[in-house]
Amino acid sequence: MSGAGSGLVAHGLELGYGDRVVSRGLDLALPPGRFTAVLGPNACGKSTLLRALARLQPLRAGRVELDGADLAQQRPRQVARRLGFLPQRMVPPEGITVTQLVRRGRFPHRSWRSVWTEQDDAAVRRALADAGVEDLATRRVEELSGGQAQRAWMAMVLAQETDLLLLDEPTTYLDIAHQYELLALLARLRDGGRTVVAVLHEVNQACRFADHVVAMADGRVVAQGPPGEVVTAPLVREVFGLAADVVPDPLTGTPMLVPHPV
Amino acid sequence: MSTSLSALVGRRYLLGCLGLVLAAAAAAFGTLSNGTTWTPPADTLAGLFGHGEKALVISEWRAPQAAAALVFGAALGLSGAVFQNLTRNPLGSPDVIGLEAGAYTGALVVVATLAGTSTQVATGSVLAGLVTALVIVLLSRGQGFSGLRLVVIGIAVNAMLTATNQYLVLRADLDVAIAATAWSAGSLNGSDWAELRVPFVLIGLATLALARVSRTVQQAALGDDLATATGVDLGRHRLVLIVLGVACTATVTAVAGPITFVALVAPQIGRRVTGSAGVPLLPAALTGALVLAVSDLVAQTATRPVPLPVGVVTTAVGGAYLIWLLLREVRRR
Repeated sequence: MSGAGSGLVAHGLELGYGDRVVSRGLDLALPPGRFTAVLGPNACGKSTLLRALARLQPLRAGRVELDGADLAQQRPRQVARRLGFLPQRMVPPEGITVTQLVRRGRFPHRSWRSVWTEQDDAAVRRALADAGVEDLATRRVEELSGGQAQRAWMAMVLAQETDLLLLDEPTTYLDIAHQYELLALLARLRDGGRTVVAVLHEVNQACRFADHVVAMADGRVVAQGPPGEVVTAPLVREVFGLAADVVPDPLTGTPMLVPHPV
Repeated sequence: MSTSLSALVGRRYLLGCLGLVLAAAAAAFGTLSNGTTWTPPADTLAGLFGHGEKALVISEWRAPQAAAALVFGAALGLSGAVFQNLTRNPLGSPDVIGLEAGAYTGALVVVATLAGTSTQVATGSVLAGLVTALVIVLLSRGQGFSGLRLVVIGIAVNAMLTATNQYLVLRADLDVAIAATAWSAGSLNGSDWAELRVPFVLIGLATLALARVSRTVQQAALGDDLATATGVDLGRHRLVLIVLGVACTATVTAVAGPITFVALVAPQIGRRVTGSAGVPLLPAALTGALVLAVSDLVAQTATRPVPLPVGVVTTAVGGAYLIWLLLREVRRR
């Protein structure tokens, strides 16, 4: 799957809400087969960009292409077999169990009259195992803790078996151990050939797990490339307005941000 | 392990549906047996198949009413589930958001101005229901689609249409007004096969179309973002649902008048009985059939020998449910 075509590419996007323009003339190519972290301060347009890439945000101008074909011209189900998306906030249908939820990830693979297949069952089992929610399979989603529920939703998106995964702040509701577990899972998925794109807040985690970083500020892409080249003290100051040293992580050698005492 | 458990979830659903079917059939059998006195079950069965002295009464008078209760109840339950799914709100039901009142306005206008054949009334009713839905959707359009906004605006539209309907009845000729007043409570009394043919076909077609999109309905319950991300064309899906939901509710209204609260309660009872996630369509249809068949039996027997309009019974029971639901919704926010 890696290296298939040119991956997900945005050309000249203009995005906004009502009178407010969030981004204008935004171009971005997401390298296939890599784990890309999108970084930037609050309200810089990260989520809006991700939603636009996932067809959830209307484009005022420009287009999004997957392997050279315009997404807007393709059937929604066809796109959903290639591209999965996890939003920031989800509300489960009342009374749904984890397994029932994860099964709904198979929707784009089934026609209205098709029955549940072995293949669907295998995908659901794999997704439950990968997201670490096998032991929650029969629980109701509304009774789970925030972190457990987040992993259940993650399992649903995994069951969709797309080669592209777009995740909007997937670690937000997780405790620190589960954050690292989820990031390791994303890195494993990347190693298995999938393209992973995640909006992340924790710069150090992004540098450790992602192999491509997109830094955004004010609706623009300020810098992009491998974390070791992109994440520098001047960039952190420019993007986040934070004075910090960037030192090598003692365990992995990836950039590590140490903010200056105020 | 997961397979056997999912089979168990399926069994609860199947048993629930089966129970609803049997209970609805029993209520309908009650209607078949009900006259000035109860007909014994054996005679009722014989009469249904055209034997015995009661054959005409049972197959030509009572059977249409029993069938109307089942089919119209199912249509109302379906319509309720459709709009509760669309709005993602248990209050978003066609009787609460003004679609039944709108359909009834259409029916009244047709009766007052045209000859009022059953096809004319059904057409006027469906068209007025669609116009009402269009108005509510347009008024509730802001930044995107909001179920709660649609419900609140629908409640206001319902109040205005109810007032319009009263005005239309007051201004109508005396004979039309008398007929309309009995009709306005929602009644199945005096149904006959001839007037049921067209509505049954319409409801059957809408039901088939809904069966085809039922999995998409479930998927849309995940919320706009995830529904779109998993391949649902939400704009088209909503349009299809609105047309089919209005067709169900308006067809019933055209024949029986606005029977309120069945659409509101049936989907919620159905999903609890079958232990389902979200608001599934089939349990809502079966529960609707059960609720209307039981309500109609009560309406016929409570004040025997003079039957009540079934709408009086559904309103009394449903009103209590609505108060409970409103209190719960208010506390949740």
